Amino acid sequence: MNVDVLNRSGVQAPAQSKLAIADCDVHPRPPGVGIGGVSKALYPYLSQRWRDHVETIGVRYRQPWERGSAYPKGQPQACRRDAWPDGNSPGSDLAFMAAQHLDPNNVAFGILNPLTSGQGAQDLDLSAALTHATNEWQVAEWTSRDSRLKASVVVPFEDGPASAKMIAARAGDRNFAQVLLLTRTAEPLGQRRYWPIYQAAVEANLAVGIHAFGYGGSAMTSGGWPSYYIEEMVGHAQCQQAVLTSLIFEGVFERFPALKVVLVEAGFAWAPAHAWRMDRQFAKLRQEVPHLKRLPSEYMRSNVWFTTQPVEEPEPREHLADAIEWMGWDRVLFATDYPHWDFDDPAHAMPIRMSETQKRGIFLENAKAVYGVD
Amino acid sequence: MPAQPVDCDLHPTVPALSALMPYLDEMWREIVVRRGIDELNTISYPSNSPLTARADWRDAKGKPATTAERLGAEALDPFATGMAILNCLYGVQATFSEDLGAAMARAVNDWIACEWLDRDPRLRASIVVPQQNAELAVVEIERCAPDRRFVQVMLLVSAELPLGRRQNWPIYAAAERHGLPIGIHAGSSYRHPSTPVGWSSYLSEDYINQAGAFQTQLTSLITEGAFAKFPDLTFVLMESGVTWLPGYLWRLTKFWKGLRSEVPWVADPPATIVRDRVRLTLQPFDGPPDERTITRFMEHMGSDELLLFSTDYPHWQFEGTQAIPAGLDPALARKIMVDNPLRTYARLRETVT
Repeated sequence: MNVDVLNRSGVQAPAQSKLAIADCDVHPRPPGVGIGGVSKALYPYLSQRWRDHVETIGVRYRQPWERGSAYPKGQPQACRRDAWPDGNSPGSDLAFMAAQHLDPNNVAFGILNPLTSGQGAQDLDLSAALTHATNEWQVAEWTSRDSRLKASVVVPFEDGPASAKMIAARAGDRNFAQVLLLTRTAEPLGQRRYWPIYQAAVEANLAVGIHAFGYGGSAMTSGGWPSYYIEEMVGHAQCQQAVLTSLIFEGVFERFPALKVVLVEAGFAWAPAHAWRMDRQFAKLRQEVPHLKRLPSEYMRSNVWFTTQPVEEPEPREHLADAIEWMGWDRVLFATDYPHWDFDDPAHAMPIRMSETQKRGIFLENAKAVYGVD
Repeated sequence: MPAQPVDCDLHPTVPALSALMPYLDEMWREIVVRRGIDELNTISYPSNSPLTARADWRDAKGKPATTAERLGAEALDPFATGMAILNCLYGVQATFSEDLGAAMARAVNDWIACEWLDRDPRLRASIVVPQQNAELAVVEIERCAPDRRFVQVMLLVSAELPLGRRQNWPIYAAAERHGLPIGIHAGSSYRHPSTPVGWSSYLSEDYINQAGAFQTQLTSLITEGAFAKFPDLTFVLMESGVTWLPGYLWRLTKFWKGLRSEVPWVADPPATIVRDRVRLTLQPFDGPPDERTITRFMEHMGSDELLLFSTDYPHWQFEGTQAIPAGLDPALARKIMVDNPLRTYARLRETVT
C-alpha cells in the first residue's frame, strides 16, 4: 500500500483538568493487515487449520477485493495521518494510543470496536475462528493492560447459534462491555435469524453495539450500488435507519425488553425525524404489526442509544441542540472514532450550549449507565 | 394567474389493464391477451391497503381515483385547487422487458391525456417513462413533451441504478431541453432489496424506508454531478416525506467538507444546491406531533421555498381536508400552496388553450 504519513509524533501532554469522558467508539487494529488478510498478531489464537486457510485462500467477504475495502477511503486505512505508530498500523499500539488519545483527552473508559475481525466473512466457520481470535487478542493486548478499555465481543453474526455461544462464554467477564455487530448484514438485523444473539446478549447483560459498515452483499441503496466513498459514508445513516426500523417493527424489543442497542458511527440528528415518520406510519398500518404494543418511538426512547461521531454540524449550531432535545439527552453517547480520519475532538465536537448535567450525560454518565461501567 | 392552490401529487388509478388496451398498439394488445399479462400494480401500494387509499375515497368496488370526475369532486373542489399534477403509479418501470415497459408507458400517457387531461382543464400530468432504458425514456419524453399539459418527467426513486449515474443523464438532458422538472416519486422497480440492508418483512418498513431511498438518491444526484451538468433542471421529490431533509443535509455537508476531493465537480455546498434546485411535496408530512415543534422544525428547513402543496390523493395521509399541518405560518402556507409550485413548474405559468 502507498501511505503518506505525517512526520510527527502526534503525542500530546496528558490533560489534568479536563472533564473525564467515555469514548464509545475506539478502533484497535491488529498490526499489519487490513480487510481480506489476517494479522500475525492473531495467529496465537488460531488453530493451524485456520492459519493454513487464511494463507492459501484469505478471508473472502461479499465484495470484490482480495485486500482492502469496497470503496477506496479518503486516506490510507481511513486513518489520521498522525496516528501511525512508527511504521505500524493506526490503532495497533496501546502505548501510542494512550499517549495520543486516552491520556490527553482524559478518557475514563473506552469501548473497543475492532472492525477487521472476520465479521461478515463468507465462510461462517472462518468467521467464527477469526472473531474468537480477535476477542482473545483484545483481552491479551488491550483490556488486560489498560483498565480504561473495554472490549466488544465480536461474533460471526450470520450464524446466530454460534454467535450466542461466543457471547455466553464471555458472560460475567468484565473485560467485555458489549456485543458488536455491523450494520450491513445478509438480512435486516431485526429478523429472527439474529435473535439468538439478542437473547444471549440480554442473558450476559451486555449491550449490543451496531457499527457502520458491513458486508451484507445486497446493494447499499434500494436503487443500486453508489459510485463513491462519500456516498457510502453519508449512507451509513440510511442503513442504520433501516436497521432501527427492522429491530422495532420485527418486535425485537417486545421479545427482549431488556435489550440495549447502541447505534455507532452513523450520526444521530436523523433520529427525531425517523421517529416521527415511524409513528405516523404505525398509526395507519398497525394491523400489520399487532405484536407491537407501544409506539415505535417509545421503543427507540427506551432501548436505543446513539453515538455522536461524526457529529452533524448545522448552521446555526443550536439546531443540533433541538435535535438532541427531540430524541432525549439521555440517548446520546460521546465517541471519537479514534484513530480514523473523521475523529471528533472532545474539546470541539459539541459546540452547543449545554447544561452541566447535559454535558456530563453525553460525555460520560449516559455511557456508564448503558454499559454498566462504574 | 389566479391565486389558487396547485396540488403537485395526485394518483389516478388505472382501473384495469383492459382500460389501457385501446391505447396499446395492435402487437402489444395481442401479446397482452395471448400471454395473459396481469395487472402491473406493484407491492409498494397493495390495492386494498389502508395507505393506498383513504376509505372515503374508494368507490363501491373499493377502487379509488378511477375517473377525472371523482378526482375533481374529492381532491380538487374541497381544496379550491386550481391546477393539479397527476402522477400515475402503474408499475411500468418494473417490467423486466424494456420494450414492454416502453409500450405500457406510451399507453399510460395517452390514457392520461384522453381520459383525464381532456376531461378537466385543471389537470396536468407527469410523463411516465420506461426508466429501465434511458434511450427509450427519451423517446417517450420527446413524444409527449409537445403536449404542454405534461409538466414534468416522473421517475421512481429506486430503480436499477442510482439516479445520479451517467446512464440516466440522457433523461435529464431531454427534460431540461423541454423545460420539464424531474419528479422523483416514492416506489421501486424492486431490482434491489427494499432497504439498504436487505429485504424487509413488512410493508410498514418498506414505506418508512422510502425516505431513506430519497436520501441516498439525492446523495447520488449531487455527488455524481447531475446538478452541475444540468444547470436549468429542477428535481422534485414526491411523497418523499420532508422532515429528514435538515439532518440529512447537515451530515452530507460534513462529509462534503471532508471528502470533496473525491467529487471535485460538486463546487457548491449541498444545502445551496438543494435550496436552489430541489423541491419536496408536502404529503406525507412526517412531522412532529405538536405545533410548537413543527414551527421550530420549519426553521431547520432553512427556506420557505422548498415545499410544494400536495394531497397525495388518494393515499391516506390526513383526514378530511387537513392537508396543511396545523400551526403553519399563513404566509408560509400560501407559498407552499401557490407560489412555490408556480415557480417550480414553468409550464404551469403558461396559458393553455
